[in-house]
Amino acid sequence: MIDVAKIRKDFPILSREVNGKPLVYLDNAATSQTPTPVIDVIVDYYSKYNANIHRGVHTLSQEATDAYEQARAKVQHHFNIAKAQEVILTSGTTHSINIVASGFTSLLEKGDELLVSAMEHHSNIVPWQMLCERTGAVLKVIPMNEQGELDMGLYRELLSDSTRLVFCNHISNALGTINPIEEIIQEAHEVGAAVLVDGAQAAPHIKADMQQLDVDFYTVSAHKICGPTGVGMLYGKEEWLGKLPPYQGGGEMIAEVTFEKTTYADLPHKFEAGTPNICGGIAFGAALDYINAIGLTNIAAYENDLLAYATAELLKIEGLKIYGTSENKTSVISFNIEGMHPYDIGSILDKLGVAVRTGHHCAQPIMDFYKIPGTVRASFSFYNTKEEVDVLVACVKRARNMLA
Amino acid sequence: MVIKEIQEEIVEEFSMFDDWMQRYEYMIDLGKSLPLINEQYKTDDNIIKGCQSKVWVHAELAEDKLVFTADSDAIITKGIIAILIRAFSNQKPQDIIDADTAFIDEIGLKEHLSPTRANGLVSMIKQLKLYAVAYQTQLN
Repeated sequence: MIDVAKIRKDFPILSREVNGKPLVYLDNAATSQTPTPVIDVIVDYYSKYNANIHRGVHTLSQEATDAYEQARAKVQHHFNIAKAQEVILTSGTTHSINIVASGFTSLLEKGDELLVSAMEHHSNIVPWQMLCERTGAVLKVIPMNEQGELDMGLYRELLSDSTRLVFCNHISNALGTINPIEEIIQEAHEVGAAVLVDGAQAAPHIKADMQQLDVDFYTVSAHKICGPTGVGMLYGKEEWLGKLPPYQGGGEMIAEVTFEKTTYADLPHKFEAGTPNICGGIAFGAALDYINAIGLTNIAAYENDLLAYATAELLKIEGLKIYGTSENKTSVISFNIEGMHPYDIGSILDKLGVAVRTGHHCAQPIMDFYKIPGTVRASFSFYNTKEEVDVLVACVKRARNMLA
Repeated sequence: MVIKEIQEEIVEEFSMFDDWMQRYEYMIDLGKSLPLINEQYKTDDNIIKGCQSKVWVHAELAEDKLVFTADSDAIITKGIIAILIRAFSNQKPQDIIDADTAFIDEIGLKEHLSPTRANGLVSMIKQLKLYAVAYQTQLN
């Protein structure tokens, strides 16, 4: 069980006002808010032990290095990753995906096939399109149905001996659908293809177990799970990370440098060129501690209740249609009201203190599939309440009346 | 009327509203009431980039004055365009180029003016001015 009143006290931002109204923050799929224990870690770092890591012999540098590596260990344990060197700390999911997409340039040949799901964020489409341009590989799309679920039958038909890579999000940011990644991974492996799962949306809702999933690559952004922006994870199986060349050259990622030849550092440092987001990494670890103290199982149960309540209440509004109606979904509601533009609804909601996202959610192919310009997206976190859902519903009704 | 006078008139009208609700309702009414553009001009070429909603703008010269017509698929955006057209359409290109846009701030739409806002009010003004520059060159 979740004591939401107590939890809300951990998030100072939730008590502010917007346009003279109490903030109702329902844009959690874009970024989550930061609890005081995480903010404290950030302040603590800059107040007490800010230093560059891995090289300094002085005390501050050693303290910072210890804290950063402890954070890596927390990430490792949270996602049940076999080895610490399989945890690459990146600037976030986009960076993580680009490391893999760039690395595969030398591993692909003309005519190789890559499969992408129809419900990806642009960050899990564009790097692969660029990879295809470089290599002559072909990108094929796993279609989805009207409910916003992948067509697994067609996925199986698309898989072949030519398939090298499959990428898919664990949870769709625009629709909330939880994809059957266990099946996707297993079947891809049967034809010898590697799988990258974009876990950006899943991390705040589901505890993904890397060893159990047997996934080849998995990406996370800390800011979706109560951590700071600019830091995230790339998990990769050691055998794959060993095959990929470094993404960026620089300090930290080398073993030895001469002007004739440079040898690269071992994992994970091979992919961590330059001074990393040290404070962000440490705060990422603190965010995982915070989430684990509440428990992702408790969080998911609470959010599912909110989702069911919000879905039922919103559907009472005449002309309101929800996009993404899979039974397997998280607390994301993408909707439109007949005859009204999502931008108009979002603008009025903002004036009423309700923060939602409007637009294509960086997933234009999904909007094209439904033939809509975009949606209004309300996404709920464990610190949201039923009362806030009531405010949302009342405000959507008010917007509807104004625009009708 | 010159642009400055029209802008003052708009500012005066908006000063009668007590709160944002009334301002928005007014803009929504403007958005609903205006016949803005001939369908044939709603082409991809006439779309202004940088807006979350679609905005089409067409410009043509009537003697020495520039006439703008426009449309959007979002009502509030359409209301904003209606205000811009009232202020800038049917004016000489050079006057449009020289016109100040501070009145947007004065009518309480400042939040729409930030260049990073997805609604593209800044892009719209820029596009109107670009048309004015193009037609001014033609007139010269």
